Amino acid sequence: MMTNSKLSSPEVASLEETVSHRPSSLWRDAFRHLFRKRSAIVGMVLLAALLFVALFHTLLATHDPEIPMLDIPEEVAAGVKKRMPPCVHLLGCPEEIPQHILGTDGNLRDFYSRMVYGAQWSLIIGFTTVGFAIVLGTLLGAVAGYAGGWVDNVIMRLMDVMLAFPSLILSIAIVTVLGPGLINALLAIGIVSIPVYSRIVRASVLSVKEADFVTADRALGVRSSRILFHRILPNALTPLIVAGTLGIATAILDAAALSFLGLGAQPPMPEWGSMLGAERNQVFTAPHLVFFPGIAIMLTVLSFNLLGDGMRDALDPRLNR
Amino acid sequence: MTGYVIRRLLLAIPVLLGIVFVVFTLVRLIPGDPCRAALGERATDEICEPYLERRGLNEPIPVQFVYYLRELARGDLGDSYRQGRPVTQMLVERLPVTLQLSFFALLFAILVGIPLGIVSANWHNSGVDVATMITANIGVSMPVFWLGLMLQYVFAVLLKDTPLQLPPSGTLQAGVIIPPLYETYEWQVSGAVKTALDFLSKMHALNALFSGNMKGLADALRHLILPAFALGTIPMAIIARMTRSSLLEVLGLDYIRTARSKGLKEWAVIMRHGLRNAMLPVVTIIGLQFGILLAGAVLTETIFNLSGVGRALYEAITARDYRVVEGFTLVIAVLFVTINLIVDVSYAYLDPRVRLQ
Repeated sequence: MMTNSKLSSPEVASLEETVSHRPSSLWRDAFRHLFRKRSAIVGMVLLAALLFVALFHTLLATHDPEIPMLDIPEEVAAGVKKRMPPCVHLLGCPEEIPQHILGTDGNLRDFYSRMVYGAQWSLIIGFTTVGFAIVLGTLLGAVAGYAGGWVDNVIMRLMDVMLAFPSLILSIAIVTVLGPGLINALLAIGIVSIPVYSRIVRASVLSVKEADFVTADRALGVRSSRILFHRILPNALTPLIVAGTLGIATAILDAAALSFLGLGAQPPMPEWGSMLGAERNQVFTAPHLVFFPGIAIMLTVLSFNLLGDGMRDALDPRLNR
Repeated sequence: MTGYVIRRLLLAIPVLLGIVFVVFTLVRLIPGDPCRAALGERATDEICEPYLERRGLNEPIPVQFVYYLRELARGDLGDSYRQGRPVTQMLVERLPVTLQLSFFALLFAILVGIPLGIVSANWHNSGVDVATMITANIGVSMPVFWLGLMLQYVFAVLLKDTPLQLPPSGTLQAGVIIPPLYETYEWQVSGAVKTALDFLSKMHALNALFSGNMKGLADALRHLILPAFALGTIPMAIIARMTRSSLLEVLGLDYIRTARSKGLKEWAVIMRHGLRNAMLPVVTIIGLQFGILLAGAVLTETIFNLSGVGRALYEAITARDYRVVEGFTLVIAVLFVTINLIVDVSYAYLDPRVRLQ
């Protein structure tokens, strides 16, 4: 479809149809290419696993993620201690000690259950921040590109200023203003991510604003809002999806960093970044409490990065395959 | 070229003013009044009134902004609420540590990233390529703070009592002192020169090198390895990926085929013809890494107990020392803009096409 834009006369188009066996669409092609890329498949498998854990966390967890086990007599009697290393019966851990496959944390909670509960948070963090940034970024970019003139200038210069800060530093500054907490951290990361999306949308608005099909619409008296949402924005969709997927990876990393610094999720919430931050001084004595949340964050970020890279290649019509 | 540089400088001015405005606004938006933030929650109105009066904090916000610009123009970032010292003084103490750390991290990233990218592009789709790209993908996905903590555990606990044992925190071992250059060489200095040498003396590795103190240099470098590795891993991965894709693109061009058909050796084609053009986007990417380095410094310095700008920023936030947060954020952003400007200009120098746009 997009590769054949030169062939516009009806005869050629029908000839084209008879040659190819089934009509191809950008999305179907993209999915085919995506499923052919090994790294994208790895990303999708990781993401599917994460989704599974996030959806069925109540079934997978063995203990309550927030309540210390001090009040459970059989656990205390069996000698379960704080920051115990992983104990898996199958791997030779004595039967009389209760099984905690990822050990216990500094507040005598089952670390595995906390890790399982953390999966949903990392996904919620990634999707809400990027969703927020895409919605606001799209609006700002569309208004800037469509209105032009001083509106465009004011909006885009503001975006330039925001891009002039290293993103984590600006989010730290915003959280300082709003006060620590998960919601505020998400808001900060969302705000900081806006410029990326507004630039993408503005660029595609500018590229199709003067196109014939838009002029035709305008001549027919179609409302500006309709032109924007039905004609212009669909053109911005592919770059937005790619940037959004990669943006989720960055957002999860930044949120984990804020939580690690104590500015994001607050204890006892089982969020990986804050779990890591809470036990960071114990890395020499109880390394498992640092190791597992970090690995989990890394795999989550990796899955979005691989998927985003794969989608960029799959959705790029310039790559000849 | 001069015209281009001037144009870029002029374009940077509104961005810098914007940064000042954003930082100013953010700090004014902090809930609670500055007097009680500085003097404590139980400060009475009788104490607070003169305090606010003296600092012009009773004036309307636009007037305050003008005062603030005036202070900035004098190079005054205000005083720390907690320590009662000028923020600029803290900055002079803290900045060298961050600069040195960032320098070594970037050095590591470039020295490892570019060769990895070249190898990967040269043996495209081979096992080496796949392995490099897996490493790079994992590298960009790792949280910096986690990598730092794990490095500490591996090199200070697991490898304890082996030659590979490395110190997990600090900048120098207890007992190792590297005095400023003017003490080493018994120079008589004062004023700006002394400040500059004091600034330099906080960069232990450089200072030791100039003093000819090899034992101190070795110790300073040993302390730098882990934090520089932790901080440099993400930029390294990004540089490797960029070098690979850029080189692959260039190697598919006609002039490379011409070079090959002339009978040039393959390494000459890649190193002399391919790499020179492939490096342009890599230079841009390297420039953009400073933002990652400065942000990563907050985390790395906190973990490795280095008293740099990043950790000072973190400490100021936890202590609600807003003047310090304001000043340091401003300086980091201005540094970032300046470095990007330098990158843009050097890019124009390397690629004449950019100047014409």
